[in-house]
Parts: sequence; C-alpha cells; structure tokens
Amino acid sequence: MYRYDHYDQALVDQRVAQFRDQISRRLSGEITEDEFKPLRLQNGVYMQLHAYMLRVAIPYGLLSSDQLRMLAQVSRTYDRGYGHFSTRQNIQYNWPRLQDVPDLLADLATVQMHAIQTSGNCIRNTTSDHLAGVARDELVDPRVYCEIIRQWSTLHPEFAFLPRKFKIAVTGAPTADRAAVRVHDIGVRAIPGPGPDDPHGFQILVGGGLGRTPRIAEICREFLPREHLLSYLEAILRVYNRYGRRDNKFKARIKILVGALGIEAFSQQVEAEWALIRDGAMQLTQAEFDRVAADFADPGYAALESSDLFVQSLALSKDRALGRFVASNVIPHKQPGYSIVMISLKAKGKPPGDATAEQMELVAELADRYGFGRIVVAHEQNLVLPDVESRHLPDLHARLSALDLAEPNIGKVTDIIACPGLDYCNLANARSIPIATRISDKIEDLDYLHDLGDISLNISGCINACGHHHVGNIGILGIDKQGEEFYQLMLGGSPGDDASIGKILGPALPSAEIVDAVANVLRTYIDNRESADERFLDYVRRAGFEPFKEQLYGSNDHV
Amino acid sequence: MVPTTMSETPELHPGARRIVRVGASGKPEIAIDHWQRLGDDDPFPSLDALPVLVTLARAERDRQALEQRTGAWGVWVPGNADPEQIAERLRDRVLVAIEVTKFTDGRHYSLARLLRDRYGFTGELRAFGDVLPDQLSYMQRCGYSSFELAPGKSLETGLRCLTAFSVSYQGNTTDPRPLYRRRA
Ligand code: SF4
Repeated sequence: MYRYDHYDQALVDQRVAQFRDQISRRLSGEITEDEFKPLRLQNGVYMQLHAYMLRVAIPYGLLSSDQLRMLAQVSRTYDRGYGHFSTRQNIQYNWPRLQDVPDLLADLATVQMHAIQTSGNCIRNTTSDHLAGVARDELVDPRVYCEIIRQWSTLHPEFAFLPRKFKIAVTGAPTADRAAVRVHDIGVRAIPGPGPDDPHGFQILVGGGLGRTPRIAEICREFLPREHLLSYLEAILRVYNRYGRRDNKFKARIKILVGALGIEAFSQQVEAEWALIRDGAMQLTQAEFDRVAADFADPGYAALESSDLFVQSLALSKDRALGRFVASNVIPHKQPGYSIVMISLKAKGKPPGDATAEQMELVAELADRYGFGRIVVAHEQNLVLPDVESRHLPDLHARLSALDLAEPNIGKVTDIIACPGLDYCNLANARSIPIATRISDKIEDLDYLHDLGDISLNISGCINACGHHHVGNIGILGIDKQGEEFYQLMLGGSPGDDASIGKILGPALPSAEIVDAVANVLRTYIDNRESADERFLDYVRRAGFEPFKEQLYGSNDHV
Repeated sequence: MVPTTMSETPELHPGARRIVRVGASGKPEIAIDHWQRLGDDDPFPSLDALPVLVTLARAERDRQALEQRTGAWGVWVPGNADPEQIAERLRDRVLVAIEVTKFTDGRHYSLARLLRDRYGFTGELRAFGDVLPDQLSYMQRCGYSSFELAPGKSLETGLRCLTAFSVSYQGNTTDPRPLYRRRA
C-alpha cells in the first residue's frame, strides 16, 4: 500500500499543527464559530446530536494492520472503545472532545492517517472498489489513481470552498462496478484503450448523487487518456466552482448544474476549459505513475494450485456455520490458492458498521497472520481481508466467530446499510439503526436468508439519504408524520453497472409495521420468482410493483 | 489575544492601513498601504498622490481624470467576476483588488488563478472584504500577493498562517509544477 515519503508526512504533520492552532484560537475567541465551522469540517469534526464527531479518512478503504490497531487505540483513548465505519470508507468516532482532537490527529499521523477533507464543501475522500487489486474482473488497480487523486485534491487551493461537498469514486473493473461510481459527483471508470495495443484510459461520468434529488451520473467524456486524468478533473471542478449554484444549499451539488445545463452543454464547458490546461504541467508522468504503482504491487503470494474446488467443498461443509460463511463471505481471488474474505459488521443486534476496539485489534492480528497485514473497508460498511490463503479459511472462521465477526450475510438482505439516524444525527426524522436491528432479528432462519439470495437493503433517517436508500434493492426512508416516525418503502434501486433509483411502493408505514412489510415483500418475491436464479432486483424489474402492492396493501385499498 | 487594528497604530495617517503583503522575495510581511478604494460616486481624495482603486465602470467613465492624477490607479472587481470579460482591461494595472464577499464563496479563487495563469496578470493581486487569516495560504497559492484582512483580524496570525505549510501537492502561479514533477 502507499507509503508516505517526507513530503506526505510533512503535510499531514503540519496540518495537525495548523488545526491545533485554529482550535486554540477558537477556544480563546479569536475566531468565531461561523469562521471556525468550515475549518473544523475540513478536518473531519462534525457537530452531531449529542457531541462532536470525528470522521477519519481511510483513503479508498485501504488499511494496514498497524493503522487498524491505531484506530482501535484511538477509540479507547479518546472515545468509548468503538468506531463506526461509514458508507464512504471512512471511520467515525462519536464522542471525542474538541480539545483532544489535535492529539488524536497527531497519533493518527504517526501511522500516516489523517482526517483532511472528510467533511465540508470540498473534495472528499476518494472511494473505490473494496476488491481493488485482488478481483478477477479487474482491468487495472484503481487505487493507484485514487492515491494520485488524493494528492491532487488534498488542500487544493482553488477548490476548498466549493458550492457544496464533492465526491469522486473510481472503479478499475469495467464490468463490475463495486464503487457506485454512477451515484457520485464524478465517477471514474477505467476502460480498455480504443485499439488493442492502446493503454487503458477512463470513462468520466458526472452529476450522479443521492440526497433530495437522486440522479444517475451521465457520461461527460467517453474516453480520457490516463495521463490527462488530473487536468480533466481540474476542468470539471473549475466549471463547478465557478458556475455551481450558491444561493440554495439544496441546489448546490454538481448534479443540479449538470441537470440545468444538460449533459451536452456541461461537457462542452468542461472540454473548453480542459483544452486550455490539458497540455500543461498537470499531465501525469510515467515516473509518478510507476512510483505510486510500485506501492500497490502484489504482496509476495506463494505459487499455489487453484483452491476453487477446495473452497466450493468448504461451502458444502457439514459444519453449517463454516459452510454458510464460506458460501456468502468468501470471494474468489485472482491469485490461485487465495481467497478474499469479507467480514460482516452487521451481526444481529449490532448497529451496522460499528466495530469495537477488540474487534479491530482481532482483525488486525488476523490480517497479519493470514493476509499480509492488509484490511479494506467496504462502502457497504464491512471489512475485507483481501489476501487469505484458502487453506486457512476454517481457522480464520473460527477466530472470527469468537468475536461475533463471522455473520454469514454478505450481500444478503441483513447486510443492511444504515445511516446513524435519529440516535445520533440532528437532521434525522426517524431512527435507522433500530429498524436495521429489527429486520435482522426478524429474519432468523439462515437457510431462508441464503435462499433469498443477494438483496441490498438501505435505510436513511431522512431525505439526505446518507444510507443510500435510493439505490438499495429495498430502500427505507424515515419521514416525519405529525411528530411520529414513519417509513417509506422503495424498491428497485441499484448502485452498480445497472444503476437505478428505487421507486416508492406505496403510502408510508408506521414504525410498528415497517419490519413486517419488508418480510412481506421478501415473501412475495420468494413465492413468485421464476427460479432461485432470478435475483430480487431482476424480479422487481420484470414483475413490477403490482404483486408487492397486492400483498402489502391489499389490491386497491391504500393506493 | 488582542487583534492588531488601525486604531492601535496612531502613527498611520488617515486613510492608511496595515496589510499583509508577499514581498518580491516570496516572504510575507506586514506593510503599510495607502490605496484608497472608491465607490462610483466617491470623490477622489484631495491628496493627489494617493493611489486609488475604482470599479471597471468608473475606470471607463473617469479614465481621463484618473490619468491626470499623480497617484497610481488600480481596479477592484467582485469575486464572482468573469475573467474572460475583464482580464484584458486589467492587464496593465499595477494593482487589482478582488472583493471576497463571503469567505465561504470560493469563486474568487478561480478568478485569481485564471487572471494569473491564463491571462498573465503580473501586478499586485489583492484580496479584500471577508478575508480571514486561515484562508491566506490558499489565496496566496492561487496568485494573490496582498491581503487586506477583515476588520479586527490579526495580521500576525495572518503571517503565521501563510507559513503553516512547507509543502503542497499542487503547483502554483510561480511554479506550475505539481509535487510529482518536483519530488526528490
Ligand atoms: S440520512 Fe439524514 S438522518 Fe441519516 S445520517 Fe444523513 S442526515 Fe442524518
């Protein structure tokens, strides 16, 4: 993984010193809260319902075991012994004290981590495919470009006060988008060059996003030669910085600008700007590409036979706990003899994405023991051990089980993405986490869970959509009805290559009914699907909403 | 902390103020400044040698009068101005001042950068208005060379903020090379 040189380290250290100075000036009253707010946001410090919250960047989700141990230590020293992994591959601490934040950040800097631009109206942490570098369907390793983008966007002097926040995602797998690039402000897709001998380049998508106005990104440029990546991003950002709306916070995202101009006019403006800078100093050099790529070279894999058959047999193991785990949480690795292991942070009764210090330390230890000391955070709020020798799977499963980290539900309907909701967030209309917990509790039968197959379920506590409910196969949105928590049920969303925005099924339901409604939807699917091969999403797309409405609301009643 | 304000500096004659300026050496310093910013209907200062800043509209209207004064004249523009529309008329000025209406409105950064990098403005580029110490470093890297801080803001803090970082990933007006063309 990328290792800081003295420049990277100096920048992060100096950033800590700068923020320390800013906090002391805030505490002395030299700067007002209004002046301080963007400064603290761009250092990851949010005001939550009860206290300050700190969001620490995990660039493109990649962690070393030492870094994960530090995240655990920080949670013990400055917080309450746990952290929350977010949908953007970051970690959040819910209870640090403002005075402690500089020391906390200084501790993180010792392991090459920071909280720069994890919030505020600036370019945020660049996210990527959690299977980057190990997936079989990958064209190029997107992390190399993510790191290059990270450096370009870090303390970029022109783009620190954009109209609104700005999120970029990169995928290196042209046929398997696991980074949800189409619901980002900019989506970068690596694609093969036009000719057989041409190097890969990028398709650039722009204007995607969720929130109040969900929108699927459109193509801004079909093919961008890779050396121009940064100048092209700069051109988009400049057009946005100059012309994005600033009069209304809810219309300030780039998707509104793209929507207002139309993608053609927007991309013409970008191209005109780009034409003036493309051949300048921002062109990526081969030397820089090589320098960064060297840090993402494969670890020293052993030369092994394929383990595909072995893994398949484990999935059928008589030990059903192991079998289910392997069937749902283990993914084929590009390297023969190795497996990718997903660790679910969605155990029954636990807030999705939370991990205790002990759990983080265990995962770090297991990564050292079985997986070259690397861990990845997935945007689905799970962890990944990307490089496990397949023969260790049974041992690994046993170790994970001991700390409640072996929930066999990756990609299943209980692998719920949920925002913090009313329990933590001052914008919320309704709680999210308890709904997630109740749904997991409801679907007790693991055979039934696995029979349901791959289904994503996303919950947001308000229209800001931090739980990405629009792109859940099943989406749940908390709304407020005369002071009561109600929930809207949506179906048909998807964040991937077949991205779509879910649609509302019918009238919102009170908290007491929403969980049964989800169960009802799942039952309708199971009873009516063509075969076990027809995924939930495919069924919804084929059959439409009628079967669900009939079962849930009775034919014409509510609707 | 007591901010440095004009009122504490009785040796300044009326109309003068202290600003932060990046000297030719690249080193920021506190300087005394006499530029008078005028609205479109403000009279010229009685002291003919005092330099003045006017809007582009007034520069056109009062061109002759401006040229006849002994003091220099420059132009002030709003932070959301289009460089494409105005750059030509700014090019020969010794000083252009950009108004930052609200520090969270980042359009002026692009304006400054384009005036420098694209339209070749080489004079003094000044920020005034809601100019706070903590943004000076970003401003300098976008091409600003002097800063009239918002009322009550400490110039010393401003100086300190300008030297907070020894490294940046991006190029700037004086050296357009990003770090990856400078790494050693
Ligand atoms: S979706 Fe709403 S409730 Fe949930 S975290 Fe975001 S702002 Fe808060």
